[in-house]
Amino acid sequence: MGNQLNLFPENASTFASQVDYIYLYLLLVCAVFALGVVVAIVYFSIKYRRNPTHTAIQQVEGNMMLEITWSVVPLLIMLTMFGWGAWLYMRMVTPPKGALDYYVVGKQWMWKLQHPTGQREINELHVPINQPVRLTLTSEDVIHDFFVPDFRMKRDVVPGRYTECWFEATKIGSYRIECAQYCGTKHSQMIGLVHVMSQADYDKWLSGNLGAETADAAGKKLFEGNRCDTCHKDAPDARGAPLWGVYGTQVALRDGSTVLADDDYLRESILHSTAKVVAGFEPIMPLYDGQLTEEQVLQLVAYIKTLKAKPKETQ
Amino acid sequence: MKLLARVFSTDHKVIGLQFFWSGLLMALFGALSAMLIRWQLAWPWSEMPVVGGLVFPKSGGVPSPEFYSALFTFHGTVMIFFVVIPLLTGWLGNYLIPLLIGARDMAFPVLNMISYWIMPFAMASLAIGFCVEGGSAQAGWTSYPPLATLTSATPGSLHGQTWWLLAIVLAGISSTLGAVNYVTTVVKLRAKGMGWLRMPLTVWALFLAACIQLAGIPVLTSGGILQLSDRVLGSGFYSASGSPLLWQHLFWFYGHPAVYVVILPAMGVVSDVLSVHARKGVFGYKPMVFSLLGITLLGFMVWAHHMFVSGMNPALGMAFGVATTLIALPSGVKVFNWLATLWGARLQLTSAMLFALGFVALFITGGLSGLWLACTPVDVYMHDTYFVVAHFHFIVFGGSVFGLFAAFYHWFPKMFGRMLDERLGRAHFVLTFVLAVGVFLMMHQLGLAGMPRRIADPTVYPSLRHLVPLNVSITWCALLLGASQVLFLANLFWSLWRGPRAPRNPWKAASLEWEADSPPPHGNFGAQPEVERGPYEYDPRTDGRDFQPQAVTLFPPA
Ligand code: HEC
Ligand SMILES: [Cu+2]
Ligand SMILES: [Cu+2]
Repeated sequence: MGNQLNLFPENASTFASQVDYIYLYLLLVCAVFALGVVVAIVYFSIKYRRNPTHTAIQQVEGNMMLEITWSVVPLLIMLTMFGWGAWLYMRMVTPPKGALDYYVVGKQWMWKLQHPTGQREINELHVPINQPVRLTLTSEDVIHDFFVPDFRMKRDVVPGRYTECWFEATKIGSYRIECAQYCGTKHSQMIGLVHVMSQADYDKWLSGNLGAETADAAGKKLFEGNRCDTCHKDAPDARGAPLWGVYGTQVALRDGSTVLADDDYLRESILHSTAKVVAGFEPIMPLYDGQLTEEQVLQLVAYIKTLKAKPKETQ
Repeated sequence: MKLLARVFSTDHKVIGLQFFWSGLLMALFGALSAMLIRWQLAWPWSEMPVVGGLVFPKSGGVPSPEFYSALFTFHGTVMIFFVVIPLLTGWLGNYLIPLLIGARDMAFPVLNMISYWIMPFAMASLAIGFCVEGGSAQAGWTSYPPLATLTSATPGSLHGQTWWLLAIVLAGISSTLGAVNYVTTVVKLRAKGMGWLRMPLTVWALFLAACIQLAGIPVLTSGGILQLSDRVLGSGFYSASGSPLLWQHLFWFYGHPAVYVVILPAMGVVSDVLSVHARKGVFGYKPMVFSLLGITLLGFMVWAHHMFVSGMNPALGMAFGVATTLIALPSGVKVFNWLATLWGARLQLTSAMLFALGFVALFITGGLSGLWLACTPVDVYMHDTYFVVAHFHFIVFGGSVFGLFAAFYHWFPKMFGRMLDERLGRAHFVLTFVLAVGVFLMMHQLGLAGMPRRIADPTVYPSLRHLVPLNVSITWCALLLGASQVLFLANLFWSLWRGPRAPRNPWKAASLEWEADSPPPHGNFGAQPEVERGPYEYDPRTDGRDFQPQAVTLFPPA
């Protein structure tokens, strides 16, 4: 029956059942209120219809106690809804440490995905079960939205910036990916599948798809191929800002402000370096906007994230 | 010359009725597009009746996906910007505000006339969109860039989107001029004795809706001008290297309060209709006024609840979530006060009353499903699915449109000097109510099952195929809902010419407009009314009648 009615989609991630509990709570509260109001309307309409006995109906202007009651009681109930929701939401937006990093690029009308180990897929994603998976998403054209109903997970995929989301699959199987943000003519055909596999099967799948480079290895090649290393080198006279250990730190800018070096900042620095110029450097870095694809930028970012601070610099 | 003076009349009542007729015309197109949308969702890529043969002779009447995108973009745009907003503010605001506060006309009659005559230009540019290369706009009524700004992103973004933007900017200017008028009129032209707390709730609601428009429309309009500049001048405000999300903020800053522009006046109308036809004063007048004020203010603090999954800062998401949850509070207060108004009353189930009761039932349902969407983790799942479509149709159809119908049945005698046929009206209510529930209640289920909105073909997903029967039955309800509006049209046109003449005060209502002739002459009132009491005095113990007119009555008790 459940399947025929599909009151709930499959429960296939750690969040799914938690979201469903809130949802049942909301359903309960709302059903009580809605039914109560509808029943009251019908009852009053019948009971007081024409109401010939009440020739002298009582005119009541209002009642302060009543007003306060029917404000405060719903308010308290609503705050429980909000509180519970906020608690869960904060967990849904904070990926745990050690999550596997996957990269997703949306374009009209397909999904391009890359594994932490470098394998690439189109419209399909294989992931291991019981492993937190963190997705970094961006788009090559318009806004899309990566939606896996059975994981209760959805995130807009916005051109020009990175968004992220995460999930931990709890059930082996294949789950649909939908594009939830209208993205043009073939929006309804922008679909895919997430395959959740046991660790052993996943490892087997990975080894069957060898020949791929990891994202950061590809990034290293791009870094050398685009001659980034001519300026960004580990030498005192380097013309480019040092990239070793920069990820996750606060970078001082020429205009006196500071900025957190996160994925979005690295992306912007590569494509539009002049937007935020590092203190102590000249804006001489070429603009790579249009020279690199979103996937290549993702690989460069992945590479820069692997560059650890040199001991002598950290003293 | 005389004809010209009539067409470009500065009388608020004529202008109000002009908004009524053009809103009705646009509603026909909007309803037609809704039925075609439903056709495609039930029977994808099959021959569309009537329209198919005209628009797609080559494919044998089978629509293209581009046409589907153009349809839902058109439907949303027309219904919001050309039907409910102009009807609730342009029609009701213009017609009712001066009459209900005892004024002879609007504060700026010429501005008022101009505000109406901008609308035909807005409609024309919407229509031109269909004739240009690539077809009319296809980026949805929300027109998110870069889909709307990259000319290659969708055929409608080639030229159609430019005409769409023009239409929106023009409609915005029209609304702004109207709003200036409503606010000034309420502030300046109230009759002697008409204190703020003696105004009927309809006036309060129309006044606050106009305030929302004054604060919000400039933001949307400037957003639209930036988008126009991106498209025409090649600037990059919303491009990938600019900020695609900026548009969403600017759009929803007015786009959300616009919901209150179309729900507040309906709430006002319903309060008045309930009171008159229940022969009982509105319960808790002051809390009703304060809740209207509360909704108006909170309405400006919730816009980003449309963007919970956009990658916006989660802490910001929380703030908007709590504001959205809180806005349910004043809405709840209103519902409870309406119920208390009914309690112990002497109801007459007239058509107007039925629509007002229907409003309360559907509005509470739509309001409660809003709580689900305010709850962020649940919204992550529901966002952009059919659940959202269900939610806002309960509010806009069950709320605004039911409010409009209640106003229509209640004030028709005043506006046209004829009585409507009550039996037809009640039949119209029953069919509309049942079928609307049939259409929109089931859409929640589609959303729960994970069907995204704006998809041209729900059968593409194997996991959504079991929803086909549901989609088909929704479509049947929608087609019947459309067809049942014939009762409304028949009643309107029949009564317009053949209905019995309406007396001055057919409902024995207490507010000022019923002191004027039906329909009121230019200038509205013979002698300037002087207001002595609030609008809701229904007490049978005073003299022969069971109500006390607001003004020193000009006429002997009937
Ligand atoms: C002509 C020399 C030059 C080249 C070539 C160059 N850069 Fe830069 N880069 C700079 C300079 C100078 C800065 C610091 C000033 C600024 O922010 O614009 C910088 C800053 C950066 C930053 C920000 C670093 C921080 O500390 O905040 C990143 C990331 C970066 N570059 C990546 C790259 C990548 C990737 C490439 C190759 C695709 C590249 N650069 C090529 C000169 C260069
Ligand atoms: Cu899409
Ligand atoms: Cu909203």
